[in-house]
Amino acid sequence: MSALLQQPGYEEERLQTVSKKLPCREVQAGMLLSLMGQPHQYSYPSIFIYGHQSSGKSHVLNILLKELELPHATVSFVECVSVALLFEQVLLSIFGCDAASLLPRSPSLSDFVRIYRQQSSQSPAKQTRYIVMEKAELLRDSDANLLPALLRLQELVEDNVTVILLSEIVWDRFRPNTGCFEPLLLHFPDYSKGELQHILAQDRNPSYSDEFYSAYINILLGVFYSVCRDLRELRHLAALNFSKFCEPLAEGKVKETDTHKLWRNIEPHLKKAMQTVYLREVSSLQWEQMQQMEEKENGAVRGLSAHTHVELPYYSKFLLIAAYLASFNPARTDKRFFVKHHGKIKKTNFLKKNEKTSNHLLGPKPFPLDRLLAIFYSVVDSRVAPTASIFSQISSLVTLQLLTQVSHGDQIDAPKYKCAVSMDFICAISRTVNFEIIKYLYDFL
Amino acid sequence: MSTSSVSKGCFVFKPSAKKKKTLSLEDHFIHGCEGADESKTRFNLCQDLWDQIKTNTELLQDELNTKILDSLLDFTRKCSSTRQHSDWTSHMRASEIPTAALVLGVNVPDHDMTFQSLSELLRKSVTPHVASVQAKECGALKHLIKRVLERLLGTDVTVDDDNEEETEQTSAPLHKSVHCSLSTLCDWYTMNTKKSYSLTPGKKRSSPVKDDLQQPPIVIIFKDLEAFNARVLQDFILICSRYIERLPLMFIFGIATSPSTIQHMLPHSVSSLLCIELFQSLSCTQHLATVIDKLILTTHFPFKLNGKVMQVLISIFLYHDFSVRNFIKGVQLALLEHFHSQPLSVLCCRKKEALLNMMQLGHRDLERIRQLPSFKRYVEKQEPQEQEHLLTDDTHLKEVCRRLIKDLRKYHKHYDPTLRCLHTLTSTLPRYPLGKQIRELHLICLEKNVWENEEYQSAMKLLKMLAKDELISLLKKCAEILQHSKSKNMKSALLLLEAMLAKFKQLDSVVAEPPPPAEESITSPVKNLQKKMDLFQLQKALLEMNESRRSKKLSPFEVLRNEALQFIDSLVQSHLSPPESQTLYEVCYYSSSATVRRHLNAAPRTSIQAALNSPFYYLQNDRLKSEDGSVSNAAPDICIVYKLHLECGRLINLFDWLEAFATVVSAAEGNDPDSDSFGKVDDVKHARFIRAVSELEFLGFIKSTKQKTDHVARITWGGC
Repeated sequence: MSALLQQPGYEEERLQTVSKKLPCREVQAGMLLSLMGQPHQYSYPSIFIYGHQSSGKSHVLNILLKELELPHATVSFVECVSVALLFEQVLLSIFGCDAASLLPRSPSLSDFVRIYRQQSSQSPAKQTRYIVMEKAELLRDSDANLLPALLRLQELVEDNVTVILLSEIVWDRFRPNTGCFEPLLLHFPDYSKGELQHILAQDRNPSYSDEFYSAYINILLGVFYSVCRDLRELRHLAALNFSKFCEPLAEGKVKETDTHKLWRNIEPHLKKAMQTVYLREVSSLQWEQMQQMEEKENGAVRGLSAHTHVELPYYSKFLLIAAYLASFNPARTDKRFFVKHHGKIKKTNFLKKNEKTSNHLLGPKPFPLDRLLAIFYSVVDSRVAPTASIFSQISSLVTLQLLTQVSHGDQIDAPKYKCAVSMDFICAISRTVNFEIIKYLYDFL
Repeated sequence: MSTSSVSKGCFVFKPSAKKKKTLSLEDHFIHGCEGADESKTRFNLCQDLWDQIKTNTELLQDELNTKILDSLLDFTRKCSSTRQHSDWTSHMRASEIPTAALVLGVNVPDHDMTFQSLSELLRKSVTPHVASVQAKECGALKHLIKRVLERLLGTDVTVDDDNEEETEQTSAPLHKSVHCSLSTLCDWYTMNTKKSYSLTPGKKRSSPVKDDLQQPPIVIIFKDLEAFNARVLQDFILICSRYIERLPLMFIFGIATSPSTIQHMLPHSVSSLLCIELFQSLSCTQHLATVIDKLILTTHFPFKLNGKVMQVLISIFLYHDFSVRNFIKGVQLALLEHFHSQPLSVLCCRKKEALLNMMQLGHRDLERIRQLPSFKRYVEKQEPQEQEHLLTDDTHLKEVCRRLIKDLRKYHKHYDPTLRCLHTLTSTLPRYPLGKQIRELHLICLEKNVWENEEYQSAMKLLKMLAKDELISLLKKCAEILQHSKSKNMKSALLLLEAMLAKFKQLDSVVAEPPPPAEESITSPVKNLQKKMDLFQLQKALLEMNESRRSKKLSPFEVLRNEALQFIDSLVQSHLSPPESQTLYEVCYYSSSATVRRHLNAAPRTSIQAALNSPFYYLQNDRLKSEDGSVSNAAPDICIVYKLHLECGRLINLFDWLEAFATVVSAAEGNDPDSDSFGKVDDVKHARFIRAVSELEFLGFIKSTKQKTDHVARITWGGC
């Protein structure tokens, strides 16, 4: 396999260690190496690598650059809250901190290029310099000229430099309207099941045999492969559940080779893990504690989504109910629901077919503040003075994200809201105040 | 002001030093105070009382929070210690950021105190590196990181005063906001820990406790998770997870609604970086219950609230905000108002001081006492000679008042334990006739004589049906409550109760032996029932049974039960009368519920409408007075315009409106109705009208519309 990683100009030994550290990614690594060429050769100006989360993009690059000792700068774009930070980190890791301190306050792209050229003329590149940018998709949100400039940075600074962009999104979504230099595209496919098995089996527990651990990984993948292919996550889950897997072994009930019995023991446990710890309903720490506890106490720890009950002040509850009604009832039906003597409204006219049943499927509609208050006053059973605290409750409902403000925040004369709670939630709320909300919902008429 | 200068020009006059003196709190209090003579003592009393209440509530809050805070602290310690393990599992598993989801309830104003004590505790016992951030200061990721860095590095400066040069060095790049990244924090942290390590070279490295101190976690508290921008939070967590290997970070999320918000805000790719554990705090209603228990139903504080004020405060709590802090603020307001407006509040203090202050009352204050309604009632009950004595002889009055004040204190001493007893008896009854919480019972008792209440009667009926063991356990609880009381009456009551309990116990041994003979008389008609009979006969038989049951001899247990309940009833009747029945209650009770409501639960809309409808209410000008609710012609323009617009429909024709306005205003000016110029629109009237209309628009009653030319739309409805 290591035959794939052959490139003149690099030491054979190093290439060997690299290929050992990159299982199942030899093809991509070899491709990259050949793109990079020999250290002193000019490389292609920009390479764009894409592939799903944890398909080994950063890992391959880090190993390559570190093991082969190539001059490089690795920056994660998510960290760069300003462009200045990006420039600074690049200069820092390529030229050292003297160069970074030359940057003026809030530098522009041309400042960066100027300083880069100045520095590179003092210490010209003997080898290709690499700038690796992780999470490149965030580049699209920053200045418009940044991405095109980075793509042809080699020309701009007249230096042997290659920019490598890593992203989870395909290049088509990057291409700016004005057009730009096209980078070389390189795809990292997802690991297959076999590859995952191979990789995961490598980090076995030192106190158990190879076969035993790989059998465990096999069982684990059998349960989780359908929902999760994230290597990092799988490794985490493997670590969390391994002690449970070994339990019958420690008790002396089963031999290491008796895979079937081990499977029977661990399978329900893994299924439970999929519903709880994988979704982070239960934290990993709690999961480990639960394993240590006996079965009898299981179920004592409830997941995060089990706690949906929210205690609200009395009027807030009614405000929320009114908001829900305003969001899910058409405005013209308000008269029918909330006016005592609404006269006769023809039923056929009233129930328009296309509106029927669809309101809940369409989601909440925005409504103005007036309508909310009008419904509120007719819904609440006692006379309520329109005090300041009623209005402040509306805004606190917004900050609690139970309502959302639709109109822009600075439009204060006619704010519009949407109700952001679920049917179950509002039913639970209205039950506590003895309000039959179903009777007032157009969809359930 | 004049100058000695002969030339013209601008001169600067510095304000004289006297004016500059800012008014102290006390001056504010005394200013406009009723009965200014003792205002100083009253201010001091008020201040003392408030300080006591404040410290007490803070203590209470700390007590209530200890449990949850302790578990949080444990969590942080555990997290920081597991980090240092190096076995296979902890090496293999992804390093997650430990996160505590702290569910605090919707009463956001109260959270500040909790977070404050939490961060203090953390600083004291776990780590010096604690930063708390609020959503409103972190609109963008940049700001969030900046705030976190500021707080963390800033706290360090105050902690390590001895190493000023180094800390200055580290904080220097912060001024250049360029370096606002977590790598800066990372460098700072490693330097800091190294430094502290080199400071303690003599100690052994291997001890695990020391290791804990070497790597104190960095705790970041997000006070209001819901208000954070989801995007910002996600990015921040992503960044932090890159540094988790080097920085022992830890988050605390303050959640107001429910923990599932975390899942709403963070996608799986982000939440998988966290190791979230849930912590639930005490619900705010429980919190209020303890506050009322410790603060209101106690004799420590002489200051009391009457039923209506209490009702206002509690309903603001239950209906509007759930905020205990606001409740206490309400109590503070009542306290301040009481001492400010009631001159006799000098007597509202501890017994000794009150008696002392009593002796120092001047003639005017004694007159005020004579004017008190409760005192008048007291006087009317006395003999005519005594009446005259009370109304004329100051020294005699003082004597009597001393006694009355002592009586009032006694009343309080008896009230609380009796209330608690009644509450323990009734709080477990089906359907809670007297309320589940003690505050409800307290409100009932403050309102009127509780024993005249229907609910009380039904509660008593229910109590009469209690089984023996239930009743005994309840009575035992009552005895426990009475034990805490020190007054003589309560002690004698306790003795009676204990005697009764002993009798119940005796009953156990006696009843067990002979089966009650009364049973036979009941069983015989039951036997009769089993025979065939028609409806009439059945009814007759049932009536007979009922009769016989009523007349049947009560079992010894039932006798004793009735006796016990009678005892409770007598206790209630003698001690739970409402405070209004007590003489001199005005001294201790604050009763102006309207003031409290106006201050705490403002109704801007209502007051605007009141101002427009009856300007006299605010302007106090006699010309504006009107009986029938109509606005006089002389009212301000906006009132007239408002009144006129009420007569219109949804769309208002501006010209008609203007005409009507001109007519009204002309009448106000006293023009002759028959003259030509009457009701004519001149420039001044036009201008006045336009100003009034735009004022109405500003207040939000009308808005311009494009539906019809020269029309405006009404935004409000109702009116004529």
